[in-house]
Amino acid sequence: MTNIVVLVKQVPDTNARIVISDDRVDLSSVKMVMSPYDEFAVETALQHREVSGGEVTAITVGGAKADKVLKDAKAIGVDNIVRIDCESFVDSNSLQSMIANAVTEIGADVVYCGKSAADTGAGSTGPGLAEHLGWASVSNVTSASFADNLSVVAPAQGGNARISVTLPAVISCDKGNLKVRKPNVKGIMQAKKAQVDVKSVSVPASSITVVSHSLPPSKPAGKTYEGGAAAAEVAQLLRDEANVI
Amino acid sequence: MSQTIVIAEIAKGTIHPTTAELVTAANALGSAPIVIVPCTDASIADAAASIQGISKVIALKSGLFAAYDASGWATAIEAVAPSGIIVASANPQSKDLAARIAARRNIPVVQDIVAIDGGNLTSPIFSGKAMQTVSLGGDAVISVRANVFAASAQGGSADVSVVDATGDMATAVEEFLARVSTRLDVAEANIIISGGRGMGSPDNFSHLEKIADTIGAAVGASRAAVDTWDDISHSMQVGQTGKTVNPNLYIAVGISGAIQHLAGMRSSKYIVAINKDGDAPIFQHADYGIVATWEEALPVLQASLSAMMS
Repeated sequence: MTNIVVLVKQVPDTNARIVISDDRVDLSSVKMVMSPYDEFAVETALQHREVSGGEVTAITVGGAKADKVLKDAKAIGVDNIVRIDCESFVDSNSLQSMIANAVTEIGADVVYCGKSAADTGAGSTGPGLAEHLGWASVSNVTSASFADNLSVVAPAQGGNARISVTLPAVISCDKGNLKVRKPNVKGIMQAKKAQVDVKSVSVPASSITVVSHSLPPSKPAGKTYEGGAAAAEVAQLLRDEANVI
Repeated sequence: MSQTIVIAEIAKGTIHPTTAELVTAANALGSAPIVIVPCTDASIADAAASIQGISKVIALKSGLFAAYDASGWATAIEAVAPSGIIVASANPQSKDLAARIAARRNIPVVQDIVAIDGGNLTSPIFSGKAMQTVSLGGDAVISVRANVFAASAQGGSADVSVVDATGDMATAVEEFLARVSTRLDVAEANIIISGGRGMGSPDNFSHLEKIADTIGAAVGASRAAVDTWDDISHSMQVGQTGKTVNPNLYIAVGISGAIQHLAGMRSSKYIVAINKDGDAPIFQHADYGIVATWEEALPVLQASLSAMMS
């Protein structure tokens, strides 16, 4: 029996256009979804449970709106859903220590998460959480097997390596060849009725503050040519003007 | 003014040129950094000592550094680094290490820095669809994107001290797996040529591979191509749910330029777009746009580049 935790995060749909107003990203009219790599983490967690038995608990950090991502995880098949109630901006250290407390309270043996979230792209939470817990971690894992011990495949030295991991550990998941399961009708019904376990926490202080958000600088208009023959001129410009060939 | 510490980037047993860019970033934060070189053979650290603008080099030597283990590496490096701002590169392994070292010190980590202005640090968020600027209230670990800061010049002669590190591996490599493809990975390449669904079929990617071989580029693909054709592997995917890249040159062929794809490559230094649809959004981001089918343009490009390289 294994006590499994999976971290999920609600992010803007990756097809969404990002709008800035008053120096801050305005997400008010953006559709929110589960961060894509978290879907692979949920799938890996469920596969682990199928082999080892036990329970999967999904944890998110956010306000009441973030319950949706937990219900989505529940519909796919996790057993328990937990929200750490914190809506304000926190730095990585503060976030990880809140999650570490929840993981310790649950008594987890292993934590799965996405390799990075689609909003920050940082990829800090998995390894940082592991350090807070004093656990092993492997990031960017593309496949996992759960026989006697946890064994994962992750990038190493320009290729891939099969790595054995002694639990407890935090595993961050890349896409790999996983096909993620979709919720069925029964799962969706159960998710509707499911209760989110909301944990009130005292939010640790952050030493980082957000100064501003902005749109990326737009490039000056480039040169455009008609017809394939122009490729010869472009090749020459890549050498003479851009100095990249 | 904070002490700064650079963790040297090591590739194939030598100091990677990115390390000199990290030194520039550290100097922008206010002081000449101490450069820590995690290594199994201390002699490689001499190459770091010749980078200008550093205060000293610590060759941190241990068998531990033969294979990456996040916990073991973070423990060993954190133990030897003084307090201050620690600067690492923003490749996936170094970001992972940066996050662990920060957590070990109970200080924040800020990843993927592309600009430093005093104590203000800017990183792309939403895969480059927006930028976020934060200010540091104390020590932190940061990772810095490659090809953004100019490399600090050679010609320095800093002292090198050798320190023996100890640490425990929390994971063990069972075996290194044979690479499915012998091609350069998009995440490591300075030049990338990518194909989209406009290539018509996965077989036509051979035309991209030919050009890639000519100029030492990696071959990438859009999500549409990866999702449509099983032969185009996800490891080639550039975009928000694939890899984020910022090479010196990015050549997009038969790629319309969906937001998803732009998010992963828009910070490339130079962008060439080849597409038969002159209204494709990719042209708004291209330094050089060619409105033509790939069948027309690629043979000409191939011939011109071959002539140039020979």
